[in-house]
Amino acid sequence: MSDIFLLIALPYTALIVMLVGSVYVYGTQAYKVTSLSTQFLESRDLFFGGLFMHWGIVALFFGHLIAFLFPASVIAWNGNPVRLIILEAAALIFGISFFVGVVILIFRRLRNKRLHRATTDMDIAVFVVLLTQAVTGIWIALTYRWGSAWFASVLTPYIRSLFLMNPDLAAVSAMPLIIKIHISTAFLLIGMIPFSRFMHFLVFPVKYFWRPFQVVIWNRDRKLMRNSTAVTPEVKSRNN
Amino acid sequence: MDIRSQIAMVFHLDKCIGCHTCSIACKNIWTDRKGAEYMWWNNVETKPGTGYPNKWEDQSVYKGGWAKSDDELRLKGMDRKSTMANIFHNPYMPVMDDYYEPWTYDYANLFEAPAGDDQPTARPISLVTGEPIDIKTGPNWDDDLGGSPDYARQDVNMHDLTPAEKEAMFQLERMTMFYLPRICNHCLNAACVAACPSGAIYKRGEDGIVLINQNKCRSWRMCVSACPYKKSYYNWNNGKSEKCLLCYPRLESGQAPACMHTCVGRIRYLGVLLYDADRIKEIATCEEKDLVAKQMEIYLDPFDENVRQAARENGVAESTLDSARKSPVWKFVKEWGIALPLHPEYRTLPNLFYVPPLLPAIADTSTGSYETTSASLWGGIESSRVPMQYMANLFTAGDTEKIREVLKKLMAVRIHRRGVTVGDLHEDECKQAFAETGLTADVADAIFRLTSLPKFGERFVIPAAHREEATELLENTADIKGNTGFGTLNTPQRI
Ligand code: HEM
Repeated sequence: MSDIFLLIALPYTALIVMLVGSVYVYGTQAYKVTSLSTQFLESRDLFFGGLFMHWGIVALFFGHLIAFLFPASVIAWNGNPVRLIILEAAALIFGISFFVGVVILIFRRLRNKRLHRATTDMDIAVFVVLLTQAVTGIWIALTYRWGSAWFASVLTPYIRSLFLMNPDLAAVSAMPLIIKIHISTAFLLIGMIPFSRFMHFLVFPVKYFWRPFQVVIWNRDRKLMRNSTAVTPEVKSRNN
Repeated sequence: MDIRSQIAMVFHLDKCIGCHTCSIACKNIWTDRKGAEYMWWNNVETKPGTGYPNKWEDQSVYKGGWAKSDDELRLKGMDRKSTMANIFHNPYMPVMDDYYEPWTYDYANLFEAPAGDDQPTARPISLVTGEPIDIKTGPNWDDDLGGSPDYARQDVNMHDLTPAEKEAMFQLERMTMFYLPRICNHCLNAACVAACPSGAIYKRGEDGIVLINQNKCRSWRMCVSACPYKKSYYNWNNGKSEKCLLCYPRLESGQAPACMHTCVGRIRYLGVLLYDADRIKEIATCEEKDLVAKQMEIYLDPFDENVRQAARENGVAESTLDSARKSPVWKFVKEWGIALPLHPEYRTLPNLFYVPPLLPAIADTSTGSYETTSASLWGGIESSRVPMQYMANLFTAGDTEKIREVLKKLMAVRIHRRGVTVGDLHEDECKQAFAETGLTADVADAIFRLTSLPKFGERFVIPAAHREEATELLENTADIKGNTGFGTLNTPQRI
């Protein structure tokens, strides 16, 4: 029963909330979409915490994504034990980086009085979720070897079955509790996106790579506007 | 040619009395909110001094503005790639302590304290943490040279001064200072606009005001470090950057910006300049020594019929062209050439110009009394208490000749007016002053009038925003009228 809740109901709810919610928030309350930077209030600890946490999570995110999308390649890569160790070690290092980063950020928030004023209940929830995810992730990596090997046979089918609208718990339900917690916290995180600063990674500013440096906005596009003199030659509109 | 109109400003530093009324007017309207308490979109600094935020001019720390490498212009701090690589932590961003921690006082205690032996006090309370604080610094802690060893002596503009010149600036009997009021420069080549990863900062085409779209700002906080003038501020409460918006709601309804309207010394002027947007890049990339002269070239003569025609074709309103002809900024900056940009070496092409101060520079105490007559014509300027190099570092990217030229013109106006009103100067002296500066009696009188006796309408020539035609800004009324009727943008086609 709890499996059905944690591994089916929660994932679907989270995905729907995330999709509908973030489109809704982006469309109607774009003002709320920000990374809510706190560097202005405290910069030094953020350097360490922010960097460890972000590079860790970004690498892990793509790691999980690759494992899900190309399970065969990962298995093939792991065919050689040296390469398996390298992959697992890299994943663990990013996991530890993420964990250390989150811990630094939590202590930073606790220690700095100014930051108390900029910390909301949602921030606390965010850190609880991230810390849970970091701890369970590292725990799994250390105790259930080798994640990169069994991911393909256990999690890939499960996640695929979710997307195919035909949830299949056969493999995952046999997994230890800790892995189930890790999975459901991940979906919790996804469900929190529209309500928290998590929105910030959905709006990663890719456009900056190619947009022109200067931005000029006209109330009315002079180049595109039709020339009213064509219709009424003697009358020229006075604005602009 | 791509002629556009820009609202530009002149601040006449000889007239600034350092009263901070401008700052208060601005604060009361715009930044009296949680998260914005520390912001002073308008602030007044004492020079020499380190300003606000502390040492903002030190671009070796904050990396604001542009740098020229070979023939290319790049943001001094971070290019596009390193902006992304540093997006989790901006290495050049000033923090609250570089500005100051804002505070209020516990006034309630004055009324509510229980009866006791001592007078109750109102302790300073941090507006961030809400707890009592020891005030260490404020936005104008260096006012009037207060705390000079910590502030004035740390001034960033003293490079290239001889040790003797530097020392002289701090001798008790030679010491001097002037005020430098600052707002956003609404630059032509704004670094904040270029640095914003989300593209939330933009320049308004019609009047050149630079604004931050609060719905697009994602708190990547790159504008804060990129602006070399540190005029983009981060609101720590709502996670948005904010900046001076030149009181555009006031401008659009024909009123002067609050800081300018309230200016007690009446030092501020505002008006239109026409410029050629096609030349921005070329001019921002020129050699440092040419920057001021080149920037002057970008502004075009509103009396020239060709310029006006090109502007019209580009969509500049006729009323704006009229304002451009009456613009006091045009007069100070181009016609008379006595107003200079602040730190042109940042290469942002700022649109706020300063008439540099002549200062009580002439006085000399070597005879034992306070002697204010100068022996020779330009003696006052040559023996100025503020080294020319210092002024040049502020206003001409280090070119002392240029700053001397401007000060001589200002001096010539004084000599001329003294000849007219007091009549104790030899006629030759006035003639020589004019000959050397290229001024004439008429021009000198015009400068004098606009400096000393301008009416409100002469200081602020605000082009109409044509709010009455606001619909036309959104839809082409002539088309709409004959198509779908007003108030709808749908085309009248059946599907
Ligand atoms: C590549 C995409 C991402 C970018 C560009 C990004 C950028 C940022 C930025 C600029 C901040 C503000 C830092 C500051 O205080 O100045 C921030 C904070 C934060 N980000 Fe990200 N982020 C990304 C992905 C993520 C992901 C995937 C997560 C977690 C799931 C995450 C979690 C957080 C958290 C928890 C904070 C708050 C840190 C704190 O203030 O203590 N970010 N991010």
